[in-house]
Amino acid sequence: MTYLEVSGLTVRTAGDRTLVRDVSFALDRGDRLGLIGASGAGKTLIALSILGLLPRGLRAEGRIRLDGTDVLGAPERRLNRLRGRAVTAVFQESLAALDPLMRLGAQVAQPLRHRQGLRGKALRAAVVAALESVRLADPERMARAYPHEVSGGQRQRVAIAMALACEPALLIADEPTSSLDTTVQAEVLGLLDRLIGRTGAGLLFIGHDLAVVAGVARRLLVLDAGQAVESGPVAGVLSAPAHPRTQELVGTARRLRGALERMSP
Amino acid sequence: MTPVLETRAITVRYRRGPDVLTDVSVTVPEGHGLAVVGESGAGKTTLTRILLGLLRPLSGAVLLDGAAIDGRLSALRRAVQPVFQDCYSSLDPRQRVDRIVAEPLRSLGLVTGPDRRAELARRVAEALSCVGLPEDAARRYPHEFSGGQRQRIAIARAIAGGHRVLIADEPFSALDAVTTARLVDLLSGLRERRGLTVILVTHDLAVAAALCARTAVLERGRIVEHGETAAVLGRPRHPHTRKLVASVPRLPS
Ligand SMILES: Nc1ncnc2c1ncn2[C@@H]1O[C@H](COP(=O)(O)OP(=O)(O)OP(=O)(O)O)[C@@H](O)[C@H]1O
Ligand SMILES: Nc1ncnc2c1ncn2[C@@H]1O[C@H](COP(=O)(O)OP(=O)(O)OP(=O)(O)O)[C@@H](O)[C@H]1O
Ligand SMILES: [Mg+2]
Ligand SMILES: [Mg+2]
Repeated sequence: MTYLEVSGLTVRTAGDRTLVRDVSFALDRGDRLGLIGASGAGKTLIALSILGLLPRGLRAEGRIRLDGTDVLGAPERRLNRLRGRAVTAVFQESLAALDPLMRLGAQVAQPLRHRQGLRGKALRAAVVAALESVRLADPERMARAYPHEVSGGQRQRVAIAMALACEPALLIADEPTSSLDTTVQAEVLGLLDRLIGRTGAGLLFIGHDLAVVAGVARRLLVLDAGQAVESGPVAGVLSAPAHPRTQELVGTARRLRGALERMSP
Repeated sequence: MTPVLETRAITVRYRRGPDVLTDVSVTVPEGHGLAVVGESGAGKTTLTRILLGLLRPLSGAVLLDGAAIDGRLSALRRAVQPVFQDCYSSLDPRQRVDRIVAEPLRSLGLVTGPDRRAELARRVAEALSCVGLPEDAARRYPHEFSGGQRQRIAIARAIAGGHRVLIADEPFSALDAVTTARLVDLLSGLRERRGLTVILVTHDLAVAAALCARTAVLERGRIVEHGETAAVLGRPRHPHTRKLVASVPRLPS
């Protein structure tokens, strides 16, 4: 059985506006699916639906099976057991994901304690190693700092380190590197790639930078106004986009990148 | 011509900890964009806090229109409008989008007279449409929007007041290429029509190239390169800049 199966997923507001319409896809361990589409297309709502974390006021219909559990309608207790081990997410807004009143080291320690059973000295060493793995210089200072005492990209990397420490069977990454400069982004993506490769996890990667998504994912699913409009292997979709929306996204990405390339002699 | 904003050899430190900016001098001529690029943690956001008067340097000077900003914070507020890196936390969750976008217009008392309400509504609608948000967005709350839509609400607020200078910290980080291109056009349009000066912190070097005539590169709190964008990004001399340019992800052709 496929690890994650989304079929006919539809998300509506209480006022009956449809935000996601009849989206279906499957993702197995070891698969890497890139979810792309314009701002507001419904990418984050799909991720939240899989986690059973849709905000109040929105409801999901259809079916989501994750590791044999029907997510939609499952009791919170059941979902809590899935989160962390079966599925973990890194979200767009890392400030919201971190506890403002807790030192970063203590936050990274939580999944390490739960998942790997580490305590005391071994735990402290693992926290420092996790922070180093996302290329944070001076990990001791980072561990002692509160979220507002570090830079945006440093915070984002702490959130990534936490998610990776869970060693989930499925990792959902929603724009995980979009606030990182190109150098650090390349290194963090490399880390993600190695870790997913080692643990054989599945990856659902949401991103607006097509070049980044293309480097990480093997298949693409294109969303437009809540609907899936195109899917296929990365190379195929990028070299011969079929849907006008995909053509527009790919064309504009190439044009913007061209502005930079024209400056180089 | 006097630059609209300038730092002279500033050194900056947070309460506990080492120097975060060391001997940083940048000049921003009116109407010319400045891009600030550099690795995560290099001090880009800190530099914007200095230029916004939210943080004071340990030494060195910060100038607005050629005069030190000390004691001139209200002049600074009238001239300079920010878009913060964590834009979601800068949007008040209890206020509807129309109030949020109108905030700079209200607090600076820019709209007066008997038709004040209608004029505010008109300006809000115009700003929202500029950033590609639907009209009904005005009556909704920030949590009802996607990440990129929230970022656009923050940009709409920033342009609504008609300030001379926009200091935007990664304003497009959550936006797809099509929306980004649209906003780049919007800001270059404002620069041409209104002489808007844009100070842009960005990791997207293509956006820096499209929008800013000059670029400053920060590495661990020091400026390592500062000049015409075409030269800095097109023929980078410093290894740090070279590395930034070389690691731009490429689309498979
Ligand atoms: N709580 C909510 N109530 C009402 N509408 C919502 C809510 N959350 C999201 N939406 C709307 O649903 C649509 C899809 O939102 P979603 O966050 O999934 O977009 P996205 O593809 O992740 O976009 P982005 O790239 O900008 O993050 C958007 O039009 C958004 O305005
Ligand atoms: N409030 C604070 N207290 C102490 N140190 C801080 C504080 N804010 C930032 N720093 C530190 O100052 C340095 C520069 O941070 P800054 O936010 O300016 O970086 P940045 O260039 O904007 O990085 P990013 O691209 O990740 O946003 C970092 O090492 C950061 O950890
Ligand atoms: Mg999103
Ligand atoms: Mg920053």
